[in-house]
Amino acid sequence: MRVEGSVKTVILGEIIFPIVLLIFGIYHGLMQVLYRAGVIKDMSFLGIEYYQGLTLHGVINVIVFTTMIIVAFGNAVFLYYLKKPLRPVVQWVSFLLMVVGTLMAAWAMFTGKANVLYTFYYPLIAHPAFYIGAALLLVGSVIPLFFDWIPNYIAWRKEHPGEKVPLAVFGMLVNHIMWVIMLVPVVIEVVFQLIPVSLGLIPETNPSLSRTLFWAFGHPVVYFWLLPAYVMLYTILPKIVTGEGKLYSDSAARFAFLLFVLFSFPVGLHHQYTEPGITNSYKLIHAFFTLGVAVPSIITAFTVAASLEYSIKSKYPEVRNSLFYWWTKIPYISLEGDKWLVSYFMAGLLLFLVGGITGIVNASYNLNLVVHNTSFVPGHFHTTVGGLVTLSFLGISLYMVSKLMGKDIKFKGLAVIAPWLWWQGMLIFEYAMSVAGIHGFPRRTNTGISYLNPDSPLYRPEWVGYAELTVFAGFIIVLGFIFWAISFFGTIFSPKVRESTIEFPTASALHDEKAPALNRLTPWFAVSVLLFVLSYIPAIYDVTKRGVFFDSPGYNDKSPVPITKPQSAKEDQRNTAEAK
Amino acid sequence: MDRAEKGAFITAVAFMGVFFALIVYAAKGLNIDVPTCITDVKPFTQGQVIQHAPDRYEIHYLAKMWYFEPANVEVPVGSTVDIYLTSADVIHGFQIDGTNVNLMAIPGTVAYARVKFDKPGVYHIVCHEYCGIGHQDMATKIIVKAGEQQ
Repeated sequence: MRVEGSVKTVILGEIIFPIVLLIFGIYHGLMQVLYRAGVIKDMSFLGIEYYQGLTLHGVINVIVFTTMIIVAFGNAVFLYYLKKPLRPVVQWVSFLLMVVGTLMAAWAMFTGKANVLYTFYYPLIAHPAFYIGAALLLVGSVIPLFFDWIPNYIAWRKEHPGEKVPLAVFGMLVNHIMWVIMLVPVVIEVVFQLIPVSLGLIPETNPSLSRTLFWAFGHPVVYFWLLPAYVMLYTILPKIVTGEGKLYSDSAARFAFLLFVLFSFPVGLHHQYTEPGITNSYKLIHAFFTLGVAVPSIITAFTVAASLEYSIKSKYPEVRNSLFYWWTKIPYISLEGDKWLVSYFMAGLLLFLVGGITGIVNASYNLNLVVHNTSFVPGHFHTTVGGLVTLSFLGISLYMVSKLMGKDIKFKGLAVIAPWLWWQGMLIFEYAMSVAGIHGFPRRTNTGISYLNPDSPLYRPEWVGYAELTVFAGFIIVLGFIFWAISFFGTIFSPKVRESTIEFPTASALHDEKAPALNRLTPWFAVSVLLFVLSYIPAIYDVTKRGVFFDSPGYNDKSPVPITKPQSAKEDQRNTAEAK
Repeated sequence: MDRAEKGAFITAVAFMGVFFALIVYAAKGLNIDVPTCITDVKPFTQGQVIQHAPDRYEIHYLAKMWYFEPANVEVPVGSTVDIYLTSADVIHGFQIDGTNVNLMAIPGTVAYARVKFDKPGVYHIVCHEYCGIGHQDMATKIIVKAGEQQ
């Protein structure tokens, strides 16, 4: 379908703007492996410090890039499937808030005023522009839901009584409502703790509470990144794989989304297994729900594989009776039509297989003692968010840009090879990081000047080989990205050959049941919020009333002297010292 | 739901159930548990080693930007050590390589773990949570000495 001029500009902006920033994000990814392996033995390179680059890598790649692409994809999905125009004013307000917010945070990060990493754990404190910018980005990202998507969804429901809303719309709606719920704790943290301290309005606050609020957001957010990829796997992948494929089961897909609604929230304590201040039985409850939230992903693995099998077997009768050979008929590398996109999804899925297993390891409570804060963790999430999520987002960005601009995809060959280079690089990276992590190699550390420096008294030779392997992997990943970028920017700068449209290849469902319980969102979300609140009451009680003895002032990353000087904390500390 | 789908769903739930049962067994049966909320020791401002008996130690680790107090500690092989950890400033990490001790040092709280050193050797401890510009140099060790048992 055709897209109105102004809305088209916004959606294109929401794709191209974060991708220009992503170039910095990926560049700093390469710098990370070089620093960590000691290829760069320094605190900084070209004026950007290691930890500053790590902050940029994290914030750009998983906060700015993911959020803006998800909003762009959501806009396109609602537009295409509901056939209802989006409101230009809403779209512009949302886009400009996100851009201004991103630029504010980027200014703070590039000038070194926010070397706090993308988790911004208190008592390290950044420039207020970092927090206010991040808040604007997040506020901008929820505006389309309230003022465009929900009104259009309600109007569509009225016009189509008794009909199921298209699966892609269902998925994106679920995803964005989850997004609004998960933002509540982090908004409380930023507005009532971090911004006041960074502005000097209050001298100190509670670091354990701020971590707990952060992870109440920080875990569900990974599903906010993942569900759009699942929408693509359910609706787009089966269709393009043979040209007429089908989704195995519509209800299973909706059921998986709803399990995410239930179980995405009461799980944040699995990021806090090793911390004091929270009673371990509450952590065990969150471990239980974390294993529960693995279930919808396993259902998705089944549904997606079954859809692939059905689609392949209906086109190739010769493999109809085979258990394994149909895998060989998947167009892993094909230039025909939209089949280039299959490479992105398949490479992503193969990485996600590894990421799922390592994720279950991380979630397993006492097993987490072996891997917490080691390089095992970045190894894990580079195959999930850096694997399936990023690859499907890169693929769909290229796809949407070519449709919206009415251009053919240029350098399609490079575009098809890119995800496989990325896949290979990530696999090597994940192997090296995970195994080194089991041997205690820490994450978030400029190891090149200490632990991996033969001249340092801290030298740990057992980590050297793994770190060198990540350098090799890093170059392959970046080469994959360069191939993709050549195709992406080649497409953008090529002449227009068609009318601007937006359309998505959409698989219809093989098994399509009427399951009214799966199409009523309100009760599922009501239970979900209840579970969220109940699962956090004991933990919040611990970190505010029982386990934390005093609040802390804020610190700059360069100095052990607090930048906000509270007298009360000093007295408290003296009192406790005397009491002992 | 068709048969294959049901099979996949039940398999998924069964796997997760077994994993969870094993976790609970390891925690409650084998006492391999994660740190909990303790309130009997208040946050301290000095690191120290306290010896209760020839093979019983208590170490109070104070994590600061960018070192641990006390620095290198020596204990005889076979010692059981109670580790208490707090931070004087920002959040720090604390992992004793080769053991299950993996803690966070958060100001205002005390983390606790118990570890028994059965093998002699050097046990490296690194700060594994980003704590500012000197983070990569923040490390210490526990040296477990052989042949000094009574």
